[in-house]
Amino acid sequence: MAQHSSKGARFQAVTANRLSDGEVVYLTADNQWAETFPAADIADGAAAGEALLARALPADFELHVLEPYLFEVLQDGAHFKPASVREIIRAAGPTVRLDLGKQADAKQES
Amino acid sequence: MYRYDEFDHQLVGERVTQFRGQVERRVSGELSEDAFKPLRLMNGVYLQLHAYMLRVAIPYGTLSSKQLRMQAHIARKYDRGYGHFTTRQNIQFNWPALDKIPDLLEELATVEMHAIQTSGNCIRNVTADQYAGAIDNEVEDPRIISEIIRQWSTFHPEFTYLPRKFKIAVTGHDNDRAAIKLHDIGIVIKQNELGDIGYEIHVGGGQGRTPFIAKKMADFVPKAQLLAYLEAVMRVYNRLGRRDNSYKARIKIMVHETGEEEMRRLIEAEFAKIDASQMLSVPQAEADRISAYFANPAFAALPATSAAMETAQKQDADFARWVRANIVPHKQDGYAIVNISLKPIGGVPGDATDVQMEAVADLAERYSFDEIRVTHEQNLVLPHVRLDDLKTVYDELQAHELATANLGLISDTIACPGLDYCNLANARSIPLAQEISERFADLDRQYDIGELKIKISGCINACGHHHVGHIGILGVDKKGTEFYQISLGGSADENASIGTITGRAFTEETIVDAIETVVTTYKDMRQDGERFIDTYRRVGLDPFKERLYA
Ligand code: SF4
Repeated sequence: MAQHSSKGARFQAVTANRLSDGEVVYLTADNQWAETFPAADIADGAAAGEALLARALPADFELHVLEPYLFEVLQDGAHFKPASVREIIRAAGPTVRLDLGKQADAKQES
Repeated sequence: MYRYDEFDHQLVGERVTQFRGQVERRVSGELSEDAFKPLRLMNGVYLQLHAYMLRVAIPYGTLSSKQLRMQAHIARKYDRGYGHFTTRQNIQFNWPALDKIPDLLEELATVEMHAIQTSGNCIRNVTADQYAGAIDNEVEDPRIISEIIRQWSTFHPEFTYLPRKFKIAVTGHDNDRAAIKLHDIGIVIKQNELGDIGYEIHVGGGQGRTPFIAKKMADFVPKAQLLAYLEAVMRVYNRLGRRDNSYKARIKIMVHETGEEEMRRLIEAEFAKIDASQMLSVPQAEADRISAYFANPAFAALPATSAAMETAQKQDADFARWVRANIVPHKQDGYAIVNISLKPIGGVPGDATDVQMEAVADLAERYSFDEIRVTHEQNLVLPHVRLDDLKTVYDELQAHELATANLGLISDTIACPGLDYCNLANARSIPLAQEISERFADLDRQYDIGELKIKISGCINACGHHHVGHIGILGVDKKGTEFYQISLGGSADENASIGTITGRAFTEETIVDAIETVVTTYKDMRQDGERFIDTYRRVGLDPFKERLYA
């Protein structure tokens, strides 16, 4: 499996999969799990990253999500985007089926 | 086709009920994920990148029309309208919701199918030659012994917690289409001078991080002793296989570290311990019952050639090309083996929609004695089609975009799901397969290149069999970016070989050009009648390397 964060990663977010259907979710600033990456809380620096991950671990999330982990994100102007191809694909859906995954939902909404 | 008996029905039914309870307890919080994960894996449920994935076993790659229709129904009702046929002759669904999977499994059980033995450290679903019972010069239909092994291995208490997963493949033919030398145990059915049937046993093949070709452990195990012999192999492995390091736990590592001779001695010693009077064998009546399920269908007595087919070939050049590429001679005069390519130009290797599955099921019902096969190269087969019906079958297939005439050619690529779906992936596989097939889309160009097997894996687990591709491609990750390593000279047939890595990896932008360079190098160097693999074996890696890294 590809590495989630490089050693010198500055910005990170926490992601997991939802228990009921495996949907990719992100930990938000108010400790909810959102389906879209822009809603993710972003940690700046290693210590903030650890603190963010710690917020994802409490036992009560066990009922909602699986295997939360930190991954690296990059600043892109006023926004952030996942750094690795893996996380870009998780945030959007399969690149070979643009009609499926979050990218398809986004299309429908627009 | 094999039909469940009362024990099979009971066993599968109980397993579904049990899993339903486990899912309910997980959702209610009674079971932790740590406790639940091994249970869901035992039922073929994986967590992938975007969703859960369910892997359904297709024993020895054989399906009835009813069973294939059920896959279409599942794709429609529980998934997103398609399924993915894998290199283990199974089918995977990419999007089922966890709480619906027990219902899905219950429906699956109504057509005598399940997801048991598709995951975990057990003896996995047995695979076999897809042309079983249809190809000429077969010693015996490999599905008979595959079914016996399936029954013997399912929930065998001794083999439920092996050091690692364990894969068995069987062929009854000299031309190996089941990649038996790349399995933990590969079985070749043989007949001796006395006319008795027995088994040549190969042990310790496999791909993944450390690929090995299996070593021949026995030339001829008599029919009555096969299960006892397999039991001896499993016992040696269960006792001595490494459990401390999952990378070293497969039997291939044990064979490699122990040495071929010593391994043979250990197996024979274990086999000798199995007292002749206690030897596990299948009662004749049961063996006959199972064999009867795989007896020849009621073939008609037909001439060896078909005027209708010949006329159609003259009138329709595309049909003629399809016959040339995708049709294999049948053992019975007047019949043919039809290969259905799931590799349309620019398509996803191994994917089929619900509508396509239903179309194939209808064709099988009408024209192929109700049988479909799944190949480890991710295609489908109608094993027994009359030559007179070929044009009708072709027209139907074409109407469903299933008539690509590229079997065994450069666009008939094996590709694992890769980083588009798989949680373990380093890089994407499918887009490469698509780009390669588009680059070489011209069928005449493909025929000119000839047999060339490209196999692509998205990580070193090698589900896409890259080690044994004539051209193998392995996706690697460098700091979150995809790169692709090429290997050349692999082969999965009776002359199995592991490919050699050419050198440094290529970027996503340059990999398809690199493949074209390899193909051009071959074409420049080939001698009369040589296939890619022949030329490679004659000239070796260097000429290819020189051009690739010039
Ligand atoms: S080879 Fe790797 S990426 Fe491909 S399906 Fe297997 S585990 Fe996933």
